[in-house]
Amino acid sequence: MTALRQRQTIAVLALVGFFVALYLWLHALGVGGPLKCGTGACETVQTSPWAVFLGFPVAFYGVVGYGALFVVAIVAMRPAALGRRGWSSMLFAMASLGLLFTLYLTYAELFLIHAICRWCVTSATIITAIWVLTFLALRTDRAASPPRQDPQA
Amino acid sequence: MNRFYVVLAVLAVVLGVAVFALLKTGGGAPAAAAGPPPAVVDDGFRGYTLGSSDARVEITEYSDFECPFCANFATVQMPTIRDQLIQTGKVQWRYRDYPLPVHKYSRFAAHAAQCAGEQGKFWDMHDQLFYHHQWAQTGKDPNSLFQQFAHDAGLDVNKYNACMESGRYAARIEFSRQEGENKLVDGTPTFFINGKKFDGPRATSDVFKQIADSIIAHSPPKPHVSAGHEHEEKDHFVH
Repeated sequence: MTALRQRQTIAVLALVGFFVALYLWLHALGVGGPLKCGTGACETVQTSPWAVFLGFPVAFYGVVGYGALFVVAIVAMRPAALGRRGWSSMLFAMASLGLLFTLYLTYAELFLIHAICRWCVTSATIITAIWVLTFLALRTDRAASPPRQDPQA
Repeated sequence: MNRFYVVLAVLAVVLGVAVFALLKTGGGAPAAAAGPPPAVVDDGFRGYTLGSSDARVEITEYSDFECPFCANFATVQMPTIRDQLIQTGKVQWRYRDYPLPVHKYSRFAAHAAQCAGEQGKFWDMHDQLFYHHQWAQTGKDPNSLFQQFAHDAGLDVNKYNACMESGRYAARIEFSRQEGENKLVDGTPTFFINGKKFDGPRATSDVFKQIADSIIAHSPPKPHVSAGHEHEEKDHFVH
């Protein structure tokens, strides 16, 4: 997969994640009725003490995080940015932060709340896919970068 | 490159519409169960009870599922009362609904408990509603959370949903509220011990135990009508 294709895929995934988080955030703000959750236990998760982090609904961090990932992925698609490793590193760092937060939330669901929310699983899948892509992009960039030249040679 | 941005824009619109539709069609508390009924009918129901009907003390509780004091009583005092007074045959406990108008989902919660009672699970739902009382603090529509409670309480959720949609117990709940009003219930929880309003400063298991022991010590035992009533009576329909 080329660097452009990788960043396009990251942008698409981040956009989907953004809307999933937006739905959960709007619900947390009291907009609309109960969550559409099928047989999951979304309300149990959303009304638990772990649904709020540092005074904000956890979905709010998802909106901000996915929004930032989307913008950075779009900016990193410019021809001038495609060959620069700094963008891959930034995307990897952001995805890693998101993945760590998701791991904390998944731990809370499984071992503290004892309930699973389908929307949270969807978000966890998206951020994991984004993290894998950014990790692969970083490795590709490292392999493609020319060896450092000794100026004295 | 340009085609990608068009695809992205279309995807954003589709996802935006999907989120809007999800919020719009999220459903809500069935109106029939959430509001007061058009008419009040006495169907002969006088509340679910716990304990032996032979007990010499009957405590009637007028309660509201959304009331924080009721939740505190149910989770802190009630376990001891069940152990020391109800299961020992000293007290029969009767639950009556008294939904306060300041609480948005009181009637809805009371209806959920009645629908659980229809499947023999009133007290299980009672415990679900009081032990997971965070629903009453969010102000959000608890419909799907109550479905989760119904599932956790072991109910047939399809039957529960049909019951909630029908709102068939709304009149019963309003009858109970009016009954409480006639007895000068002025807040929740309010207790009546053998028909007399409890005016003590604190309704605790210790206080109820003292009162029950005092009544039992000063009253003759009820004549036995039939044997086999010593076990805990669950979801008893009283006419």
